[in-house]
Amino acid sequence: MAEVSATQEVGFVELAARPDIERPRAPAHTIGDVAQDLGFRERLFDKTWVRRALVLVVLGIAWEAYARYAGNELMFPSLSATLDAWWQGMRSGVLISSVYGTLQVLLLGYAVAVCISVVLTTFAISTRVGTDVLATMTAMFNPLPAIAILPLALLWFGLGVTSLIFVIVHSVLWAVSLNTLTGFLSVSQTQRMVGRNYGLRGVNFVVKILIPAAFPSILSGLKIGWAFAWRTLIAAELVFGVSGNSAGLGWYIFQNRNALETANVFAGLLTVIIIGLFVEGVIFRTIEAATVRRWGMQG
Amino acid sequence: MDQSDVSRAGLREPLLAVDGVTLQYATREQIVTATHRVSFDMFGHDRFVLLGPSGCGKSTLLKSIGGFLKPVEGEVRLNGRRVSAPGADRMIVFQEFDQLLPWQTVLENVIFPMRTTGRFPRSEWADRAAAAVAKVGLSKFADAFPHTLSGGMKQRVAIGRALAMEPQVLLMDEPFAALDALTRRRMQQELLDLWAEIRFSMVFVTHSIQEAIILANRIVVMTPHPGQIIAELDATGFNYDQSGSDEFVAFQQKINDMLFGHEDTAHG
Repeated sequence: MAEVSATQEVGFVELAARPDIERPRAPAHTIGDVAQDLGFRERLFDKTWVRRALVLVVLGIAWEAYARYAGNELMFPSLSATLDAWWQGMRSGVLISSVYGTLQVLLLGYAVAVCISVVLTTFAISTRVGTDVLATMTAMFNPLPAIAILPLALLWFGLGVTSLIFVIVHSVLWAVSLNTLTGFLSVSQTQRMVGRNYGLRGVNFVVKILIPAAFPSILSGLKIGWAFAWRTLIAAELVFGVSGNSAGLGWYIFQNRNALETANVFAGLLTVIIIGLFVEGVIFRTIEAATVRRWGMQG
Repeated sequence: MDQSDVSRAGLREPLLAVDGVTLQYATREQIVTATHRVSFDMFGHDRFVLLGPSGCGKSTLLKSIGGFLKPVEGEVRLNGRRVSAPGADRMIVFQEFDQLLPWQTVLENVIFPMRTTGRFPRSEWADRAAAAVAKVGLSKFADAFPHTLSGGMKQRVAIGRALAMEPQVLLMDEPFAALDALTRRRMQQELLDLWAEIRFSMVFVTHSIQEAIILANRIVVMTPHPGQIIAELDATGFNYDQSGSDEFVAFQQKINDMLFGHEDTAHG
């Protein structure tokens, strides 16, 4: 304590001065390479798809090993048996037509939902009441499983594609709208003012400023919506089987389980996974690479 | 010379007239008065700086000139016409780096306001934008996306984009405040060089006394709670080279005293 008060009395004490040092710059050629290339292995493992493919290979090996160890084709077919069944299904055309039937309904439902979502969110962002309406509706309907309203859809629209579309729209619409609205609301104040500074208003403002600025959220909403649509559709097909003249993947899975063709069931599931991986890994990734990644809005 | 300038200024119409403007904005709990009956006249080619500590309403006042905020009392007139909405005749350069639209390249960013407002014939857009980008020294980066640029480069693009529109008045809201000191110093000089070349009119908001003296020919000094103008000073004849001179330091001290009273000295 005594020491502290002593220094306080003295006040600011400067340190002893030291002489200045100036150094000449080293000529550039004496320093050598400032940047060096990475090695082949580092560059290879830097590629996301290489690392992900490796994960797939490991999972595949684990599957095959367990199936051989269990040795029960009826309960848990091996990867090779599943691939064989998948190939047979593709060659006979049964699997292809199932996929075709399912994708047709899926894309139609998805497209309808996205269109409705665009209208809803544009309305929602233009007025405060609209925001409240959409926020309340998404809060109400988003947690409601699509499959729970399937009985109602069947009652209203009968056994057919319309019912399927209805439940898909329900499952996609709220997820996409919620994400889009959140994206719109979180567009930076500066970018909004930039747009308004140039006299942009209404739909023009939404299209030229809000949608591109909120694109990362919109895209993630579209991805979630796509996954929801898949789940809903497969589940719905499992429940009521044939829709009109086309049998879908869900029906293919259900039918083969009844026939105890477990390898075919796995082949059907594998198809769902493959399409899922393709859409996520190729389609959405391409869109991302051309947009949000290119713009530096997402790492 | 000075005398005749002043008398001519008295005769001609102001480019921008802020006339008894009171601004209020609402927070969650209360209505805050940002400025109370502030007035000034700004003339063509002026480098007009609004200077004051944070909370003095200078940025709010700039937003009102931009047309984003309606005065509750008084009015803002540009060339005698009342300002009522945002418009591209008053291009704004913001402090934030995200004012560049990340989904457009540098060149597209400069073209964007021309496209949305139809300011120039379509055939001239590319040339005008390229010229503006060259003027701020970024020709090499014309096709780069904003996220690949440094903060100083982004602000240069924003300035180029605003100047390319040939606005009546350029509004700058602390555009260099988020830059490091060395970049900031260079940007100030570049802005003055651009002014010497084009002689645009600008309103520049800052909280740095030194920046105000270097950039301005006219300084409006504001105090907070609520924002009021306590002085409008002539700052012609001061540039960066004189920043160590006695006159410069004395002028700086004078403004400092106006803002903080006599006992306090400037820090930075």
